Amino acid sequence: MPALRRTALYPVHRELGAKMVDFGGWDMPVEYSGITAEHLAVRTAVGLFDVSHMGDIQFRGPGSLAAIQSISMNDASKLAVGQAQYSAMLYPQGTFVDDILVHKFSDNDYLLVINAGTRAKDYQWIRTQVGSFAGVHISDYSDHYTQLAIQGPRAAETLAKLTKVNLSGIKNYWFTWGTVCGLPNVLIARTGYTGEDGFEIYLPSDEPTSARVWQEILQAGQEFGILPCGLGARNTLRLESAMALYGHEISEEINVLEAGLERFSKLGKSDFVGSQALLQAGPPKRKLVGLEMVERGIARDGYKVLSLAGEAIGYVTSGSPAPFLKKNIALAYVPVDQSAPGTEVAVEVRGNPVKAVVVPTPFYRRVKKQAK
Amino acid sequence: MAYPETYRYTKEHEWIDAAAGKVGITDYAQGTLGDIVFVDLPKVGSKVEKGKVFGSVESVKAVSDLYSPVTGTVLEVNQELATAPEKINSDAHGAWILKVELADPSEVDQLLNAADYEKFVTEETH
Repeated sequence: MPALRRTALYPVHRELGAKMVDFGGWDMPVEYSGITAEHLAVRTAVGLFDVSHMGDIQFRGPGSLAAIQSISMNDASKLAVGQAQYSAMLYPQGTFVDDILVHKFSDNDYLLVINAGTRAKDYQWIRTQVGSFAGVHISDYSDHYTQLAIQGPRAAETLAKLTKVNLSGIKNYWFTWGTVCGLPNVLIARTGYTGEDGFEIYLPSDEPTSARVWQEILQAGQEFGILPCGLGARNTLRLESAMALYGHEISEEINVLEAGLERFSKLGKSDFVGSQALLQAGPPKRKLVGLEMVERGIARDGYKVLSLAGEAIGYVTSGSPAPFLKKNIALAYVPVDQSAPGTEVAVEVRGNPVKAVVVPTPFYRRVKKQAK
Repeated sequence: MAYPETYRYTKEHEWIDAAAGKVGITDYAQGTLGDIVFVDLPKVGSKVEKGKVFGSVESVKAVSDLYSPVTGTVLEVNQELATAPEKINSDAHGAWILKVELADPSEVDQLLNAADYEKFVTEETH
């Protein structure tokens, strides 16, 4: 087995006493003070995450848009400069290579942010599909960036202490460049994976710079109750917000319609890899739903979903106690005819059926404040 | 945190205070699990068997089986853990899970003492 990879902030995480875990081949912090406290910090104040394990693929040249359009299911031609969009790369059968964020830097320059565990596979896939396209140069810049996520209702106030950029001018899923902690040309994006307001910033990945900016953000956020947050809280936060995680809700076995992500697949645009399969696919047989446990018990990834008669009908893709909602929740695939909210099912928890009910998703939706 | 010398320990990270018949999980176990949200307690009067699963403890991120350090009968369960399972995080060696009447008190002698358990845990983490 190859050695686990480390981000530039690895020594900082150890210093903070983080519990580390293998995540997609990366030695990453799973928690510092505890998942519950970190989760609540993001819901009620602000949290800081090291997400440098994420991959970054840059497309440059006049052929960039055509290349992205042919492998990305969303319509990148709709992006303005400074805007980002959620999308996915698909296999010809309409299942997932990965989900991605496409950022438009200019007409000739785009950045795709991809998942950590699929970095090598994604880059290979991109090269195979569009490497020979005219007028596009594709580079893997994943190791060039330290990516930090500052998330929570006090994220903007925290970051505002470290930059002169007018953050309120950056709308959700838009980005800009500016000086942060004295570093010029930092990409500042109003994106995240927590269901909360917040920013993701991209810095040079050298250790001293990464550690300095990390410390300055923690200091700036201290008055708001900032906590360093690990992948444990990142997972429970995205689960409460019902956001897909590759290898769980989406994978090479699951298609876009089953995952309920068809609103991000623009079949009206020019052909892309997977579009024909989606056009020809009938209605899906199974569907991703939210479950809330009714009886005492916690659904975990991979547990079976049963009908009340005890027949296996599906499986849990992600399940956990939800620290903010204080409920036991799960995402699961079930047959379409048993996917309506209110449908009673059971989850097999360690051999015992435990009652659950299908509920609408997301489980948690933040109350959007008036822009200041 | 110090491991009480009057307790005995299993390699599955339970402790037993043989004098009181109390059983719980170790500070190392609670630290590995993280925030504990649920303890699945056995019924009073049920039998537990040395080395066999008698319940489970769940944290936000994981579920872990509980193995009985001894054979015996459950005399009492700690009902406080039904509403405040996080007591195990804050005081693992005080927050007992059940009280058991030992069928064979000599079984305790086969368990690890505090020094050996601490050594075992140190080896497991390195």
